[in-house]
Amino acid sequence: MDFFHVLVVLLESTIRVSVPLVFAALAGLFTERAGVFDIGLEGKMLGAAFAAGAVAAVTQSVWIGLLAAILVSILLSLVHGYASITQRGNQIVSGVAINFIVAGSTVILGEAWFRQGGRTPALAEGARFQTINFPFADAVRDVPILGPIYADLLSGHFLLTYLAFAMVPASWWILYRTRFGLRLRAVGENPGAVDTAGISVIWLRYRAVICCGILCGFAGAYLSLAMTAGFVKGMTAGKGYIALAALIFAKWRPKNVMLACLLFGFLDALAIRLQGTPLPLVGQVPVQLMQALPYILTVILLAGFIGKAIPPKAGGVPYVKER
Amino acid sequence: MSTPYAKLPGWVEYGLVPLINLAVAFVVAGLVVLLVGENPFEAAYHLINGAFGRGEYIGFTLYYATTFIFTGLAVAVAFHCGLFNIGGEGQAYVGGIGVALACLWLDQTMPWYVVFPLAIIGSAFFGALWAFLPGWLQAKRGSHIVITTIMFNFIASSLMVYLLTRVLKPLGSMAPQTRTFAEGGQLPKLDWLLSIFGLNIGTAPFNISFLLALAAAFAVWVLIWRTKLGYEMRTMGHSPSAARYAGIRESRITVIAMMISGGLAGMMALNPIMGEQFRMQLDFVQGAGFVGIAVALMGRSHPGGIIPAAILFGVLYQGGAEIAFEMPSISRDMIVIIQGLVILFAGALENMFRPAITRAFAMQGRRAAAVAQTKGA
Repeated sequence: MDFFHVLVVLLESTIRVSVPLVFAALAGLFTERAGVFDIGLEGKMLGAAFAAGAVAAVTQSVWIGLLAAILVSILLSLVHGYASITQRGNQIVSGVAINFIVAGSTVILGEAWFRQGGRTPALAEGARFQTINFPFADAVRDVPILGPIYADLLSGHFLLTYLAFAMVPASWWILYRTRFGLRLRAVGENPGAVDTAGISVIWLRYRAVICCGILCGFAGAYLSLAMTAGFVKGMTAGKGYIALAALIFAKWRPKNVMLACLLFGFLDALAIRLQGTPLPLVGQVPVQLMQALPYILTVILLAGFIGKAIPPKAGGVPYVKER
Repeated sequence: MSTPYAKLPGWVEYGLVPLINLAVAFVVAGLVVLLVGENPFEAAYHLINGAFGRGEYIGFTLYYATTFIFTGLAVAVAFHCGLFNIGGEGQAYVGGIGVALACLWLDQTMPWYVVFPLAIIGSAFFGALWAFLPGWLQAKRGSHIVITTIMFNFIASSLMVYLLTRVLKPLGSMAPQTRTFAEGGQLPKLDWLLSIFGLNIGTAPFNISFLLALAAAFAVWVLIWRTKLGYEMRTMGHSPSAARYAGIRESRITVIAMMISGGLAGMMALNPIMGEQFRMQLDFVQGAGFVGIAVALMGRSHPGGIIPAAILFGVLYQGGAEIAFEMPSISRDMIVIIQGLVILFAGALENMFRPAITRAFAMQGRRAAAVAQTKGA
């Protein structure tokens, strides 16, 4: 029973840390499937987290904060889109640039506006998301096995947590069952064919980039409005890159994206849990190894030792209409 | 990829266009300063004064520039081969192991001029090693170099935390760093070089690795434009398929280019470790690997452009510290914004102003032709 309890706690924190990863990785899924590489997920998430924290602190409204996060994230996406779609610049360079601009300006603006060392003020109850408790959650907690699963694992999360996991089938449906999704995937594989069919490659890619912005906005808002009460400088701490790794690990497929994010989230939760406790057989595992594991796994996968990750064919290549 | 832009004269291509891009980046940065409620011109004054106002300041500026020359060259070498090495940060970090090992081994018995060459070899070796795997994986297994080098940055950071907290830390010490090196592990300062110009170096850690950086820049120029290997690398960078038809062994060139790039990034570790702190600390790279991207983009991947670009970023780092001191609402994070803006405007948006410039030149050319015609008639 004790082991079971530990497992439930571990899975619960897995869900908590995977939410931003799920949002961000799905965001990357939309752009990369449309042929626009995006290593600016980190920056967009950070910008959104800052906007959410700052606006929610000023307006005392969680919803306006969420809206601000989405708007800022879309704006950053459009900068990336303008550079990589309209100006046909290098998409990786553009992503790197956005990460730096956001990393610097969130600190500078935060310090100038709130003077709390790059933080935004701690949010009061109405200005952040509250956990949602399912009916009878407390009543059934004592029921063996199913009780804790219902009360701790399924109930008691934030609205955005449920939204993140609902976005997985939704993204699948959009990408695989709608006309927009079919065209979006086609534009990432063979933009020439899409253009020949009389559909604007540019406009399609812009729409994909906007989708990415919306989802990154949710990811950022989750960090500063739900997971913690306010923005802390550099609070994404590489999550955007982990999401990118998860996206590749998932071979650009929605369901796999969720599983990869949960796996990486689980490793994260486990690393915190195992800190300093020796394991059977291997002895004490250095925390650093656990932290590096998602990256190591991605490298091994990319090298084709666990299946093969084949990126969208037109990814990273700006589209030039024949003259 | 087709280049839809007409050819411009050399001074426009390598002088005017980068300058316009840079100017736009600074105008946007000035807007951020305005947004914070400070005067951008005052900030610019503190920037220039903080970077050049005294011999000591110039020493610091050139100290930072040394670091950025190494990382800028590293990115540039890979660029020429069509590879985007975003892992300079990790390669420089791991390169520190080579420097630290050489110093810890010999610093108490040997003078610096014996330790220094070994530290150079060590840093280049470890940096190259950290770049070898991504290069090999790209060449042989087809994994994308950008993603693997990002992953290797994170792995390097975990590895170094492990090494510095468990292996390289002296017994009984709490701080995650090596012991302080004795005299043999400390590089001489270049105070004589500044005193030629009548400047006093003060406490600035401007040291002999600056000369090594200049030598490396020259060596990179020779490599890229005067050797067979460099020619093959440039061919691959321009057109991988042409390189393949010409019988150039792609995978071999990819791995070699990445190792040279990683070696250069690793040599960056000499400057802070042997030149300033005299020990290896956590996070001693401090983002210099990423600054290298901006430096290489601004310098158009040519050593002749990289050195001034590196000095410009040296000015930003040193002068930025002065701004932060004089104007508390503009912290050193301002540099990160400028760095991002330079990468955006000199890199991703480099062609934004090109159509207008090309049109201006075409118009001028036509007018000149018309003038010549009327004169001839």
